[in-house]
Amino acid sequence: MSGHFLDRFRALFLSVVLIASFALPAFAGTFEDAVAKFANDEFSDTEAAIEAVASSGNPLAFPIISALQEERLSADPESKKVFITQADGKIIDAATGAAVDKLPDNAAPVRLNNRLRRTVEAALGSLTLLSPDPAKRVAAAQSVFKSHDENSLSVVEGALAKETDRAAKQAFTEARAAIILFKSDASDNDKLDAVSVIKSHGDQEALALLTSAGPDQPPLVAQAITGAIASIQSNLAMWSAVQNAWYGLSLGSVLLLAAIGLAITFGVMGVINMAHGEMVMLGAYTTFVVQEVIRSRYPGLFDYSLLIAVPLAFLVAGGIGVLIERSIIRFLYGRPLETLLATWGLSLVLQQAVRTVFGPTNREVGNPSWMSGAFELGQITITYNRLWILCFTLAVFAILLAMLRYTALGLEMRAVTQNRRMAASMGIATSRVDALTFGLGSGIAGIAGVALSQIDNVSPNLGQSYIIDSFMVVVFGGVGNLWGTLVGAFTLGIANKFLEPVAGAVLGKIAILVLIILFIQKRPRGLFALKGRAVEA
Amino acid sequence: MSAHILTRSLDRAATAFVLIVAAVGILIPLSNLLLPQGSFLQVPTYLVALWGKYVCYAILALSIDLIWGYCGILSLGHGAFFALGGYAMGMYLMRQIGSRGVYGNPILPDFMVFLNWDKLPWYWYGFDMFWFAALMVLLVPGLLAFCFGWLAFRSRVTGVYLSIITQAMTYALLLAFFRNDFGFGGNNGLTDFKDILGFNVQADGTRAALFALSCLALITGFLICRAIVTSKLGKVLIAVRDAESRTRFLGYRVESYKLFVFTLSACMAGVAGALYVPQVGIINPSEFAPGNSIEAVIWVAVGGRGTLVGAALGAVVVNYAKTFFTSGPLAPYWLFMLGALFILVTLLLPKGIVGTFNAWWEPWKAQRVSASTASAAREDGISEPNPAE
Repeated sequence: MSGHFLDRFRALFLSVVLIASFALPAFAGTFEDAVAKFANDEFSDTEAAIEAVASSGNPLAFPIISALQEERLSADPESKKVFITQADGKIIDAATGAAVDKLPDNAAPVRLNNRLRRTVEAALGSLTLLSPDPAKRVAAAQSVFKSHDENSLSVVEGALAKETDRAAKQAFTEARAAIILFKSDASDNDKLDAVSVIKSHGDQEALALLTSAGPDQPPLVAQAITGAIASIQSNLAMWSAVQNAWYGLSLGSVLLLAAIGLAITFGVMGVINMAHGEMVMLGAYTTFVVQEVIRSRYPGLFDYSLLIAVPLAFLVAGGIGVLIERSIIRFLYGRPLETLLATWGLSLVLQQAVRTVFGPTNREVGNPSWMSGAFELGQITITYNRLWILCFTLAVFAILLAMLRYTALGLEMRAVTQNRRMAASMGIATSRVDALTFGLGSGIAGIAGVALSQIDNVSPNLGQSYIIDSFMVVVFGGVGNLWGTLVGAFTLGIANKFLEPVAGAVLGKIAILVLIILFIQKRPRGLFALKGRAVEA
Repeated sequence: MSAHILTRSLDRAATAFVLIVAAVGILIPLSNLLLPQGSFLQVPTYLVALWGKYVCYAILALSIDLIWGYCGILSLGHGAFFALGGYAMGMYLMRQIGSRGVYGNPILPDFMVFLNWDKLPWYWYGFDMFWFAALMVLLVPGLLAFCFGWLAFRSRVTGVYLSIITQAMTYALLLAFFRNDFGFGGNNGLTDFKDILGFNVQADGTRAALFALSCLALITGFLICRAIVTSKLGKVLIAVRDAESRTRFLGYRVESYKLFVFTLSACMAGVAGALYVPQVGIINPSEFAPGNSIEAVIWVAVGGRGTLVGAALGAVVVNYAKTFFTSGPLAPYWLFMLGALFILVTLLLPKGIVGTFNAWWEPWKAQRVSASTASAAREDGISEPNPAE
């Protein structure tokens, strides 16, 4: 990214120097003379012509330069006449704008080399400063901001005076400041103003601009520049911390989503469900199937596909969960290690089953329109899908908490977890509660799959990539405590994202794993451990 | 004393196991080397290597059974110790390639030349000497297990928590070894070996010798495990498995017992890995995959945990089945079978093959023995006290 930017920056800088060196002779002639230079078939003359035409203010300037860029500009070397072939095929004389029937036989397109193409781009940039479209004006002003081409100053100032659009005005002010900062004969006061304008711009480009303007400035200005650079840098550091925090929250929400179901089955019931990741995968495939049906039958409903998929995924994964509990897990209560092995086997079977039905490759799950796109917040970009997933996760978490707290099933679940025999004595059908609890945990995993299908590849291995992380979250947060899972997920997510820029993605992840291993030594029961007799059970 | 340990640790089944492994370890290499090629009884070289692999897996299974079957520690990261042993051996084999590599660098392995490294990283020093590499095969997994176990057992991380953090350990190592700049060949691992101790690793003789050595290592590992589990130490381990808190309250330092057996088991797994690498010809990070470690646990479960013989048997049976099914038209169904094996064994055969056989055989044997002693007692008119213990 920065390499690309530097490249463009260098190209523009070069063109500025070149334009400056050819500008003087070009000013001497009229517009017609300048246009005639295109016919000389010399790169240096073409360059002079571009500059002269661009700064002429003639209404034909834009058509000429853009025709040149698109190789629609032809010249007759003998008559020195230059023609534009318009997009609709009509031909006009470039110097006068008069219509011409056909090109002369010996007319040839005006040739460009790479250096000239950059000059053309720069010239077009300054021409679009006067474009009627505000968005184009802003873009042009931004390119001037980067190139700080001294020749554009008069155009920029003229445009600034007339400008009514707020964003464009701001962009022009900044472009003007950039030019003045680099202008050798500008007064110190103007330059100081310019520095403060650029400082308020405050992004990487402003930083690059100030850094390159640093040398050979008057001492007062140099001092202001140093101050501005420091302020921008601290500002950028702040924003990068904000960005890391946002990425961390986003990762944390994904981890939480994947781990919530596990917090129920492992945390509340004490069942090690290694097939948990496969429940997530089933949820994602449910979304895929729902979208396929919608695509082929009811294309208009596509935006609602996720809303339809969420309850379906809950039912599919939850139903399979109940089935698993009834057929396998209930025979293994009190033997956690055996449960672990049996559910691992189950995960292999489910993966292979999905592979057989849907094929081993990634399946495409689309984003509905309200989940695609992004918006800018200060210096960071926030994508809608990540934002929705964060909201969705918190909603699922809140609903789950409320369910455990306020519904009859929740009450029975808590009773069975706390004291199974006592609960049974009070007339609670413990085996039914077991099945429903396991189904609930699996169903939530299925819902997680719907959300994760939006940001991850939907493949049979989808669940595998979450299972270890999910266990880490639950164990780190403390078993049997949903709030622990919440804190654990966001802590791990944010820690991971703050470690990533320092250590790299893989090393950061390794560091997190090692830290969790060490943390468990310190607090074997997690952040928020249950206290009392339940611990030894 | 040593004779005493031997007689104590070798009951009839154990003796039979040792004799069978010894016979296989002698007969297969001999048949491969001495009988003419293509003869009915000649074992082709590829089968020698394949069975050598199984024997290495059997050693790994044995090491898992020692801690899981007798001490209740379910490690889901034993593949990591296996792979570390394998990498130690792989590093020795890489250094033996010398200037015969693609880039012909006498010191640096090919992948380092490829990465533009100009000198050997410090942790590769010494691996050109076999004794050093052999030492590292034991030391590296042993040390890792010691540190890991020291932290975990001292703070009483038990049960599934321990299983999960061992899994995290092997997962972290998997990620680390996938990195190129970690200095172990990244994704491709270590391969293209030429010599071991001056013998060509591809040669029939070397392969036969490696097979015999693996069988010897299996026998040695088995005898060590038997000696431990039949000793007083073994009784304490079983007590830890069945009632950890009670054992601690009786005054035993549970964590020391666990640490000892965990470290020993890791060393055994390292040896298995070291023997595995020259026979398979490659070691790469996928050996660290958590799935591999769990699969090794299921071998033990299939054979019968807490029986040692069963662990080795389970490893061979499951891996033979894997080879058989994944190479035929049934290949797409292998994972179904493996998954079903996990489920059915835990549900229906919790004691495994050997455990179930024992449970069926022992009452019958006891009945026979009691019947014969009863008749003897009738003849002598006195009843003898049981001489055992």
